[in-house]
Amino acid sequence: MSKLINGGIKLLNNTLGWIDDRFPLTKTWNEHLAQYYAPKNFNFWYYFGSLALLVLVIQIVTGIWLTMNYKPSAEHAFASVEYIMRDVNWGWWIRYMHSTGSSAFFIVIYLHMFRGMMYGSYKRPRELLWLTGMFIYLILMAEAFFGYLLPWGQMSYWGAQVIISLFGAIPFIGPELAEWIRGDYVVSDVTLNRFFSFHVIAVPLVLCGLVGLHIFALHEVGSNNPDGVEIKEHKDANGIPLDGIPFHPYYTVKDIVAVVVFLIFFCLVVFFNPEMGGYFLEHANFIPADPLKTPEHIAPVWYFTPFYAILRAVPDKLLGVVAMGASTLIFMTLPWLDRSPVKSIRYRGWKYRTALTIFVITFISLGWLGMQVATPNVTLASRIFAVIYFLFFLLMPFYTANDTDKPVPDRVT
Amino acid sequence: MQDGGIDKKRRHFLTAAATVVGGAGVIATAIPFVSTLSPSAKTKAVGGPIEVDISGLKLGERMVEKWRGKPVWILRRSEESLADLSGMTDILRDPESEVEQQPEYAKNEYRSVNPEYLVVIGLCTHLGCSPNYLARNEANDFGADWKGGFFCPCHGSKFDLAGRVYKGVPAPDNLVVPKYQFISKSKILIGDDSVGNGTGASS
Repeated sequence: MSKLINGGIKLLNNTLGWIDDRFPLTKTWNEHLAQYYAPKNFNFWYYFGSLALLVLVIQIVTGIWLTMNYKPSAEHAFASVEYIMRDVNWGWWIRYMHSTGSSAFFIVIYLHMFRGMMYGSYKRPRELLWLTGMFIYLILMAEAFFGYLLPWGQMSYWGAQVIISLFGAIPFIGPELAEWIRGDYVVSDVTLNRFFSFHVIAVPLVLCGLVGLHIFALHEVGSNNPDGVEIKEHKDANGIPLDGIPFHPYYTVKDIVAVVVFLIFFCLVVFFNPEMGGYFLEHANFIPADPLKTPEHIAPVWYFTPFYAILRAVPDKLLGVVAMGASTLIFMTLPWLDRSPVKSIRYRGWKYRTALTIFVITFISLGWLGMQVATPNVTLASRIFAVIYFLFFLLMPFYTANDTDKPVPDRVT
Repeated sequence: MQDGGIDKKRRHFLTAAATVVGGAGVIATAIPFVSTLSPSAKTKAVGGPIEVDISGLKLGERMVEKWRGKPVWILRRSEESLADLSGMTDILRDPESEVEQQPEYAKNEYRSVNPEYLVVIGLCTHLGCSPNYLARNEANDFGADWKGGFFCPCHGSKFDLAGRVYKGVPAPDNLVVPKYQFISKSKILIGDDSVGNGTGASS
C-alpha cells in the first residue's frame, strides 16, 4: 500500500518537474502565494481585496450565462430579460446573482478604498498600486454604466440619455461627441448594441488586465498593514521579513472564511431581497424604455449617487460635469496631497482623523442626497457637502503637514 | 559608426523607418474603427420628415410625436397664455431667443410660425430628459403665479409655454425648435421647411 502511495507521489513529482522545466509553475506559486510574505497583523479590513476578486469571478461567470439568452436589440432586449427571469431554468437566479453582484462589487470596492485611506496604503512606495486601483474603479464604473442600459427599462434608457448628454457639455466638440458615442441622434438600438459589445468584451478585458497589474504591483511592493510600517525593513538571516507570514496557507485560509461569510450575506440578498427595496434594481426599470417619456423621478443606482449629487449641485451645465468628473478623479491625487510622514490612522493626529470622519459622513450624505428629488433644500445640502467633499482633498496638504501625529513603532504591534 | 561590431546606424535607420511607416499604418487603421461608431447611412435615412395631423388638438392641450426617435411636442396655446409670454422677460435666461435653438422663422416672441401652435423638441437642453407639461391651472410646486410651462423631473429645469428656459436652473438654453412647416391648416410637416416657411399658416 505504502509502495503504491510512494509511487503516486513520485509520479506527481516527476510530472511537476517536467512542467517546471518548461513553465515556471512552482516558481510562480511560490512568488505569489507560498513564499509571498504578508504582514502578520492583517485585520477585518484586509478581506475586501480578495472578495473583489471573488465578485469579479461571479460577474464573469453569471455574465457568460446571461449572454446565452439575452438579445441586444431595442425590440427584444426587455422581453429577453423577462424570458430569462420566467422561462429559462434557474435564469432568475443567474440574473439576480449578476444584479446583486454589481452592487456587491461597489460595496466591496468602496470598503477596499476606505481601507487604503485609513491606513495610508496609497503612500510611498505604493503610489502606482493606488493608481492602478483607481483605474480599476473608473473602468468598473464604465462597466456598470454600459451594463445598466442592457435591460432596456425606463431607467436604463434615461440614465444612459443623461450620462451620454454629459459629454455634450464639452465645448465645441460636445454635441458631435455625444452623437458619436450613441451612434444615433438619440439612445437607440444602435447604442444598445454597441453598449452590449463594450459590456461583455471590451471593458471586461481591460478590467482583467488592470486587476493583473494591480496584483503584480502589490506583490512587488508588498502589502501595507494596519500599523503602516514596512515589514521589509526588518528581515531575518534568510531575507524573510520578521513580521511576515506566507500568504499561503495563512491568508488563503483566512480569506476562505471571509468568502463563506460574504456568500451567506450575498445569498440572503439574492434569494430573499434581490431588488433591495429599489436600491439594487430600480422600480422604474421594470417598465420598458419609452423614448417619449422620462420617469417622474430618475436617479442612478446607489453607487453613482454621491457624484450625481455633485453634478446636480452645480447650477451650470459644463461646470457641473467638470465637478462630477473631478470628484471621481481626485482620489488619484491622494498620494501627493497627503504630506504626513505617518501612514496609519492609528498614529495620525486629530486633524486627519477628524477630516476622514467628516469625509465619510459627506460621501454617505451625498449618496443619500443624490437619490432624492431635487427640492431647494436638497440642492442646498448637496452644495454644502460638495464643497466639503473637495475641501477634504484640497486642504489635505495643509492639515496633514503639521498634524499631532504619534510616534510610529518600528515593528508591527 | 562601428561599435563592437554592431552597426548602430543601421539599427537606428530600421527603427525610424518602421516607426514612421508603422505609425502611419496605425493612424490609417484607426480611421475606420473610429468612423464606424458614427451614425450609419441607415440611421441617417430614418431621420426623414413626418406629417402630423393637429386638427384634434384642443386649446391648452399638448400632443407628443416621435421624430428621429425624439419626442416632438405640439402645444395649442390660448390667447391668455400667449398674452402671458410677454410678461416673463425678467425670469427667463434668453427671452429674445438670441441663442440659435430655432430656425429663423421661429425666432420671435412666441417661438413659432403660427403663435397658436408651439412646436418644440421635448428634450431638456441640460441632459436630455423629457420635461413634464404643467398647464397653468394644474397643481404645481412653483406658486400661484405659475403661468404654465414645462418642468424637468431630472434636474429641476423650468421652461415657459414658448419653451424658453428660466433663470437659475441647470438647463443653459431654450428648448430646440425643429424645422417644420404647415402644409395645410391642420397638418404640420416636421423636419422639413423646404416649401416655404409659414405658408398655409394663419391665425
